[in-house]
Amino acid sequence: MPSHPVLLPPRHYLNDGFGVKSWLLTRDHKRIALLYLAAVTVFFFIGGAFAVLIRLELATPAGDLVTDDTYNKLFTMHGVMLVFFFLIPGIPAVLGNFLVPLMIGAKDLAFPKINLASWYIFVIGGTFTMYAVVTGGLDTGWTFYTPFSTMSSTSAVVPAAIGIFITGFSSILTGLNFIVTIHRMRAPGLTWFRLPLFIWSHYAASLIMVLGTPVVAVTIVLVAADRIFSFGIFDPNRGGDPVLFQHLFWFYSHPAVYIMILPAMGVISELVAAFCRKQIFGYTFVAFASLGIAVLGFLVWGHHMFVAGQSVYAALIFSFLSFLVAIPSAVKVFNWTATMYKGSISWDTPMLYAIGFIGLFTVGGLTGLFLAAVGLDVHVTDTYFIVAHFHYIMVGGTIMAYLGGLHYWWPKISGRMYNELAAKVGAVIIFFGFNLTFFPQFILGYLGMPRRYHAYPPEFQVLNVLSSAGASILGVGYLIPMVYLAWSLRYGKIVGANPWGAVGLEWTTTSPPPTENFAEAPVVTWDAYDYPTQVEGHVV
Amino acid sequence: MSDTTAEAGRRPRPALAHHFDDLAQQKDAATLGMWVFLATEVLFFGGLFAAYSVYRGWYPEAFGAASHSLDITLGAVNTAVLITSSLTMALAVHAAETGERRLLVLFLVATMALGAVFLGIKAVEYAAKFAEHHVPGPSFHFEEEALSRNAQIFFSLYFVMTGLHALHMVIGLGIMTWMLVWAWNGTITKEYASPIEISGLYWHFVDIVWIFLFPLLYLIGRHA
Ligand SMILES: [Cu+2]
Repeated sequence: MPSHPVLLPPRHYLNDGFGVKSWLLTRDHKRIALLYLAAVTVFFFIGGAFAVLIRLELATPAGDLVTDDTYNKLFTMHGVMLVFFFLIPGIPAVLGNFLVPLMIGAKDLAFPKINLASWYIFVIGGTFTMYAVVTGGLDTGWTFYTPFSTMSSTSAVVPAAIGIFITGFSSILTGLNFIVTIHRMRAPGLTWFRLPLFIWSHYAASLIMVLGTPVVAVTIVLVAADRIFSFGIFDPNRGGDPVLFQHLFWFYSHPAVYIMILPAMGVISELVAAFCRKQIFGYTFVAFASLGIAVLGFLVWGHHMFVAGQSVYAALIFSFLSFLVAIPSAVKVFNWTATMYKGSISWDTPMLYAIGFIGLFTVGGLTGLFLAAVGLDVHVTDTYFIVAHFHYIMVGGTIMAYLGGLHYWWPKISGRMYNELAAKVGAVIIFFGFNLTFFPQFILGYLGMPRRYHAYPPEFQVLNVLSSAGASILGVGYLIPMVYLAWSLRYGKIVGANPWGAVGLEWTTTSPPPTENFAEAPVVTWDAYDYPTQVEGHVV
Repeated sequence: MSDTTAEAGRRPRPALAHHFDDLAQQKDAATLGMWVFLATEVLFFGGLFAAYSVYRGWYPEAFGAASHSLDITLGAVNTAVLITSSLTMALAVHAAETGERRLLVLFLVATMALGAVFLGIKAVEYAAKFAEHHVPGPSFHFEEEALSRNAQIFFSLYFVMTGLHALHMVIGLGIMTWMLVWAWNGTITKEYASPIEISGLYWHFVDIVWIFLFPLLYLIGRHA
């Protein structure tokens, strides 16, 4: 430890230009990452506010707080906001944007202007959707099922659909930028199998962004054509098929879950390696598991339609393929666990989030296997079991990893360290609040409580009250990092280039990094996670 | 390599962006970027082709009858126009690579003119469909009463597919205008021809989409 206080580097990306213009016209991937951070944080709290109202309504069996119509809008807008405007862009557009060039030793992403454009597209899409939210709202569910969305709903379907269509392009452009950057911009010596697993998982997620998003985009075009011009492509009266909509929608929206979870897995690999001070066990398996998940993810969409009139043979195949996804997912969980085994683990906040992720993702993943089994799925379709399952994956998985990553790289992003005690308290509250919110929902669903109703039989009240209580704890938990992270920007301890003693190119440059990322272009001669081998009684 | 960088300094706009090592890396990245984008486009139109296949399989008679109401002559002429525009585009790329600026400008203008002709003919066809009440919706009317319901599905797909294709043509014309300016002011040189090559990839892709649309929409059951 140096005896004199560490200072911020004299020149870094945050003091390279001041004022609104230097941010809104920036080409620097690090600044664009922060623009995304601001935008997704806003959408996160808007989507969260809808969740608060939902859980308040469900605290009592009677539909007494809001009308059924309003309730339909609440859960729809909760889903739309958090799926399209937080979970999908969250890790890639914030952490990925910041870290992909740093981790591969590049000066920027391949297309900096396109990167900035993607943020504007994202904000414009979000604005359209917010316009829909304030002018009549949206009541179709985030899934936009036809023919309700095309023919019956009186809510603002078209502006919301346009908003999501537009936002899709920001996702496509981000994915395109990552793919090209990872192929063409790696530092000399940085071969594919020396890449951090964060890069592998972002590469895999980018493939989904590029190949899946256009399908939902064109599906939205068809919905809009039906609704605006009454074209009737999904209108059963004219021979159109609403189930075709479901096929097209889930062809994207199942893989979309992997846009959320693959980057999350990348974060976890980095955290586990850094805080166990070990090479990730079975690096190659974990790397290929990312690609395996991306490929298999495109072949399982039919498991959302087991009760939608799909043929039994199709259901059988989709069920089988859905089970297969468990293999690469389990490879990752086992390999993280094996990495931790006999590692010298330090219990810093990011590691708490990583362990939280592994536990919650395992629960979410295993209950996913229940749902891949046709028989059980039919029993719990459209119940709270489904709701609990996907919240364990999306919230317990993706948001835990997002927060873990944000904490781990916060000193790199800001140059300063947050308050460790406050952060630990926050992490524990979030973990506890999360489980109290969503575990009761597994039981509720198994007992048969359907989703998307604002009233329910009184015998479900105890579990619902538990869930609502958990949600309020979780809500407080999410506010805590907002406070101490903001506080640290000014008062946090300055920590220097590599506060965790981690390996990885991003830790070799200053914190915060200079605009061009590295003072000298790096040359890589070592493998990822090249921690000194631990001898007995391990290195301290 | 240092030659290229030195030359770059003398151009109207610097050809090498700051974050690339050299022009070769920049060109590689831009080309790969366009191919990835075209993969996106394949899936974008792929969703439509999937919907088309399902409905055509279900309603062969209605699709056949509705297809017969399209003007096959105009469709065929448009196919020829687009294929020719691909040729002029390829010649433009060649002219850019060999640094023949006047030829480049000429072929770009020719490509744009052919693209405009295509859109003009498409507009004539659309106008005819409006006049015949073949646009799906409340005022839809189809001569063969029994097939009328399902024929609407055909026309819905016809308008969405050709409409999105036409939108791609319009965007293509925008890109070509931009390239024309760059060709004119000397930004495009023998060493920095990649913008033309990449725009060419896009143009050819949009043509290929039409090569699929034409038989699928215009030629159903014509052999019978
Ligand atoms: Cu799924």
